[in-house]
Amino acid sequence: MTDRGVAIRLVACAKTFADGTRAVEPIDLEIHAGETVAVLGPSGCGKTTTLRLIAGLESPDAGGRVLFGGADVTGIPIERRNVGMVFQTYALFPNMTVAENVAYGLTVRRLDSASLRERVEEMLAMMQIGELRHRRIDQLSGGQKQRVALARALAIRPRALLLDEPLTALDAKLREGLRVEIDALLRRLGMTTVYVTHDQAEAMALGDRIVVMSHGRVAQIGRPRDIYFAPANRFVADFVGTMNSLRGVIRDGTIEVKGGRIPWRRGGSGEIEVLFRPESVTLVEPGNGPLTGRVLSSFFLGDRTRVAVEGIGSTPLIVETGAAREFQPGDNVHLSVDPEALLVLDR
Amino acid sequence: MKEQDRLYLILFVVPILVFFAAFFLLPMARLVAIGASGPGGAATYVASLTAPRHLRALGSSLVLSVVVTIVTLVGAGVAGVFLQRHGFPGRSVLVAMLTFPLAFPGVVVGFMVIMLAGRQGLIGEVWARATGNRLVFAYSMAGLFTGYLYFSIPRVILTIMASAEKLDGSLEEAARSLGAGPWAVLRDVLIPGLRPALVSAGAICFATSMGAFGTAFTLATEIEVLPMTIYTEFTLRANIAVAAALSIILGVITWAGLAVARTAAGSTVAAAA
Amino acid sequence: MPRRSLAFRLQLGFTLLVSAFLVVPVCMSITAGLTANYMQGVKSGLTLRWVEEVWRLYRETIFLSLAIAGSCLAANLILGVPAAYALARRPGRLTRLIEEALVLPVAIPGLATALALILTYGVYRPFRTSWTFILAGHVLFTLPFMVRSVVAVLTSIDLRTLEESARSLGASFAQRFAGVVLPNCRGGVLAGSLMVVTLSIGEFNMTWMLHTPLTRTLPVGLADSYASMRLEIGSAYTIVFFFMIIPLLVAMQLLARPRRQAGARRTVESAP
Repeated sequence: MTDRGVAIRLVACAKTFADGTRAVEPIDLEIHAGETVAVLGPSGCGKTTTLRLIAGLESPDAGGRVLFGGADVTGIPIERRNVGMVFQTYALFPNMTVAENVAYGLTVRRLDSASLRERVEEMLAMMQIGELRHRRIDQLSGGQKQRVALARALAIRPRALLLDEPLTALDAKLREGLRVEIDALLRRLGMTTVYVTHDQAEAMALGDRIVVMSHGRVAQIGRPRDIYFAPANRFVADFVGTMNSLRGVIRDGTIEVKGGRIPWRRGGSGEIEVLFRPESVTLVEPGNGPLTGRVLSSFFLGDRTRVAVEGIGSTPLIVETGAAREFQPGDNVHLSVDPEALLVLDR
Repeated sequence: MKEQDRLYLILFVVPILVFFAAFFLLPMARLVAIGASGPGGAATYVASLTAPRHLRALGSSLVLSVVVTIVTLVGAGVAGVFLQRHGFPGRSVLVAMLTFPLAFPGVVVGFMVIMLAGRQGLIGEVWARATGNRLVFAYSMAGLFTGYLYFSIPRVILTIMASAEKLDGSLEEAARSLGAGPWAVLRDVLIPGLRPALVSAGAICFATSMGAFGTAFTLATEIEVLPMTIYTEFTLRANIAVAAALSIILGVITWAGLAVARTAAGSTVAAAA
Repeated sequence: MPRRSLAFRLQLGFTLLVSAFLVVPVCMSITAGLTANYMQGVKSGLTLRWVEEVWRLYRETIFLSLAIAGSCLAANLILGVPAAYALARRPGRLTRLIEEALVLPVAIPGLATALALILTYGVYRPFRTSWTFILAGHVLFTLPFMVRSVVAVLTSIDLRTLEESARSLGASFAQRFAGVVLPNCRGGVLAGSLMVVTLSIGEFNMTWMLHTPLTRTLPVGLADSYASMRLEIGSAYTIVFFFMIIPLLVAMQLLARPRRQAGARRTVESAP
């Protein structure tokens, strides 16, 4: 049974804690029913607080409202909001078995034992942990605990699924595998999901839209592509992926920078700073590229190579290339930048 | 380790061991022997325990200790968790006030009970104003119970507070997110989480109550608890063997209680009994 | 949310009730010891008369308690600190056995320990009637606290490495002990000392059995005054007791707060 879940809206929600820290500045957020929204940002940016505001574990400061499907739930505590929450440390009950953990939300709702058992089996099967049903929590691996936490949250047929950095506690290899599984699960469920993470690869992979936060404010909301190719400000540009920057002077249809020139057809004059991604730069043969520099270091990543190039602009540029060529520090290289990919940002 | 160092270490330990052997091990061995020296030999232990008066005293001690333990666990549990979770102005003063009585010897605790429930006691005053009858219960079982409560609460509160501090808050939030109300959270998350501390504190409470002498001495003129029985057997009735046997039995009971507390808490615990 | 704050207020009320239960009689006894007539209350005026009475009647108990506490501390320092070092230096089964054994006088009722002492050494009249008899019991009861306190501190620092580096620099055992070990366990010794003194001053269960009319300590005097003197004198005497232990307790709290020493007990418990 797929339930699309509810649309969630935050209206002017801010959060100031008892000791005076302002975790979240007033934000407005609209999450469509069935959508997966990734809330992305560095630690301390307010993303977890925002999730807790949605969940009902925190109340917004006066004037803030939380709406589920149009109805105002601001005054309703989490016990009655019917959301499924997965915590960073999983928060599985150590005094219960896996099956009892998964059943807990249903036990509290006093479901009859036949329906309860059926639902628990359904959840265990969905998360493929049927054989763990009688295990105690401390006997489980990290990945297994993750699945139990998800099963437990989904068993109650929540209106929305709220995940607080669910993969952060796992090692890299496991994280990648589970990311794919969670993605498939979320797609299959089609449920409104809010997914908090500081890992931008995760956010890009899982989110239909991404909310980038910094210092309690929303820096940008958009689809992964928009966030990546059209960052709204410097923070988003730097935080998501790697960004190169060059400072120069516009003259005669080019930007003159240390190390060469870049074609520039968008007009204007005077000093300008342009930003571009490593994959927007190509290594070319000598003479074909308007920029010349020297290799500082190179990182062979298997399917591609990242090269740090100095001598162009004031800081080394990161260039990405699929070429199998080996680079030695000190090699001369020639670069060409895709003019369409250049970004100009105010801050 | 150098040979010479080893010698020094032995040298350091010898004085305390000699002292301990001379003033504890030897006397305790003698006590055990004397306990078995009454008519009937080692059977004195059984006999002294089954004498009706002693059985009554043991029973009183056990019942009193168990009831005090339960009431203290509930009361100090509520207060301890509350204090640990909510900061408010004056909290540290309150905690200091609650733990100050830990340093009171039993006699002082008894005196406190007399202050509250003795012939000139506060509760008696208030009751008299309200109903015209003076309520004096310091010298009855109720008074003893009050006294035991008085020295048990500070002990348990500290253990509970320490344990509550280490609880994982996200477990309660998870339960709430699944719809559990406050009572369900208490039953399914909080109490299971505090269980080791509750068992440990409960065992200490039990052991301390069983072995309490000073409080009973000050208050118990009519009721007999086991420590008082031992005292009267020795000083008034000169039944040395019986007194010895009973005190060994009491010692074993309190030691066992504290051993339970130690295993529950997982660390060395010693409470003055 | 109204429901939440009702629960809060109920719990707060309950906690205050519990605190009142513990604190009110203390305040009452302090007042009683300082007012001219307990029945009339503060109206009858404040006076130090009762405290003076206490001094007149029980002066020697106060001195004796202080003397015993001091000697007890000395015994603990001489017997306990070196032993603690030896135990910390060689952790193992034997060490744990010794520590468990040392705790026995605390785990069993003081009555039993006192009884054992009387039955074994009571025949030696000079010893039996001397204050050193009481001292023996006190030392048995307080040793585990000093030992544990010092062992805790020593195990929390890497004692072995410190000593090895001292040895590599040429220090002899005596130099190491005086220059490296002792300074580093100062905190444990201090905390343990405060505990020992507080426990000794407040010890009753053993002392009641071990005392004689000529060797009465403060708690023994307290029991006497509660039984036979008027309330004001018992209260004044209790004030003297509070007066003696409050500074010790405060010192222990202050000591424990800035430097959290691993396993160090921050409170002392007297035997009820």
